[in-house]
Amino acid sequence: MIVAEQKPVAEILRMIDGYRRILVVGCGTCVTVCMAGGEKEAGILASLIRMAWAREGRLSPLIDVSEATVERQCEWEFLGDIAEKVAASDAVLSMGCGAGVQAMARMFEGKVVLPALNTKFIGMPERQGLWTELCAGCGDCVLDRTGGICPIARCSKSLLNGPCGGSQNGKCEVSKDIDCAWQLIFDRMKSLGRLEALGTVLPPKDWFKNRDGGPRKVVREDMLL
Amino acid sequence: MRSGSNLEKVLAHGDFAVTGELGPPQSNDREVVVKKAKAYKGYVDAVNITDNQTAIVRMSSIAACAIAAGLGLDPVMQMTCRDRNRIAMQSDILGASALGIKNILCLTGDHQSFGNHPTSKNVYDIDSIQLIGMVKGMRDDKRFLNGEEMKSEPRMFIGAAANPFADPFEYRVVRLAKKVAAGADFIQTQAVFDVPRFRRWMEMVWDHGLHERVYILAGVIPVKSAGAMRYMKNDVPGMSVPDELVRRMEQASDPKEEGIRICVETILQLREIEGVSGIHLMPIMWESIAPVIVERAGLLPRPVYDQDDM
Repeated sequence: MIVAEQKPVAEILRMIDGYRRILVVGCGTCVTVCMAGGEKEAGILASLIRMAWAREGRLSPLIDVSEATVERQCEWEFLGDIAEKVAASDAVLSMGCGAGVQAMARMFEGKVVLPALNTKFIGMPERQGLWTELCAGCGDCVLDRTGGICPIARCSKSLLNGPCGGSQNGKCEVSKDIDCAWQLIFDRMKSLGRLEALGTVLPPKDWFKNRDGGPRKVVREDMLL
Repeated sequence: MRSGSNLEKVLAHGDFAVTGELGPPQSNDREVVVKKAKAYKGYVDAVNITDNQTAIVRMSSIAACAIAAGLGLDPVMQMTCRDRNRIAMQSDILGASALGIKNILCLTGDHQSFGNHPTSKNVYDIDSIQLIGMVKGMRDDKRFLNGEEMKSEPRMFIGAAANPFADPFEYRVVRLAKKVAAGADFIQTQAVFDVPRFRRWMEMVWDHGLHERVYILAGVIPVKSAGAMRYMKNDVPGMSVPDELVRRMEQASDPKEEGIRICVETILQLREIEGVSGIHLMPIMWESIAPVIVERAGLLPRPVYDQDDM
């Protein structure tokens, strides 16, 4: 899933300064799971904005902060539901991931769409209140060679041929709070009886599949209409 | 001869090699490089010039290598994978070769979060093992990484680093073997304070027969104070420092002298270990002490070869 976190409220308030009618739009999928931008969070953020504006004495009948949540901001079919509310606002504050913000900006041409979240990574909930990155979306998966643990996303240096000299006691040189991805890979390959596979020199990665110029596309010819 | 560098000649002759490390200044002041290089002249066979070590912006390794070469030293250009992609690296290797640089040390590089530009974007397009393979391909096959042929090849003596004190310990020799398979000619290790653990690592090296395929130079650091020794022990990733050495430094009436003594003792012990072909001296910000250590370790005079020797 896509993991995001809310921007600091002060930054959001600066962003919407000058607009009178704000629509806060939550997203019901990934960011709901990571509790960054679902229905509940949209309601809380709208309230925080109202309170901040009230403190500044800015509330009047002409000023309005409303909220709405769609199932998925990144798909056209769900955005039609909020077209009227969007039309009635000066600016839309999206609580979707970066894809959601951009989908809304394309759908509602001429409307100011602002991001309320910082989109972080593809990952999973580790435990209550903790999400970690697992995949860098590099476009050329190596998990078959690394025991199902991604060195591109999880090694601070994205190394393909084993740990750097800074790995100690299972931790990364960057911080004692970061597991060394290569220690995890080593331990898993050892438990699988596949340590020998780590003796092979992996060639330079084909980053063309990651950053080949312009946005990447996935085309399924069999699905095209 | 793969490169004809002085370091390669020393090692090929079977002499116990001595290399030193020189950190370029955080400025364009060539005199800093000249002064440090002169301290090494006649005392080391080659001098490593670091590449923005600890991710702090410094004079480029290539430029400082060229200055050192102009003073008659044999420079080892350190190159990290942190700051350049494969295009920039190959371009720099060609440029370095054209400037007369004949040794390269291929490194992953310290993460940028340690340095003075922690918000920078790192590169890590290729890793140190892939870099070794790339330089070997340029030298031995006259080919760029993409397979295209080049007109004249950079003659480089290819070095790599090994850290016997990092984890997973068991995997360290496998990684060394990968570096040798990729084309490393010589290895310089992380600084040795923990000689017993280094010896255990060397036993694994012997088991794989790697000491017969690559020259291994053991790293040593002369430490000036008890504080510095404690820092090595507690704050430098991938370092093993026995408590006994910290105690010796704490109890010493003249810590600098004690640091030199520990360094010389370590060199003498390392020299006795089969498969250790030399030492790599890393006197961080204390280059002027190199002559004292080399002399007291009985490593003088350094061998001198004619231009066309070997």
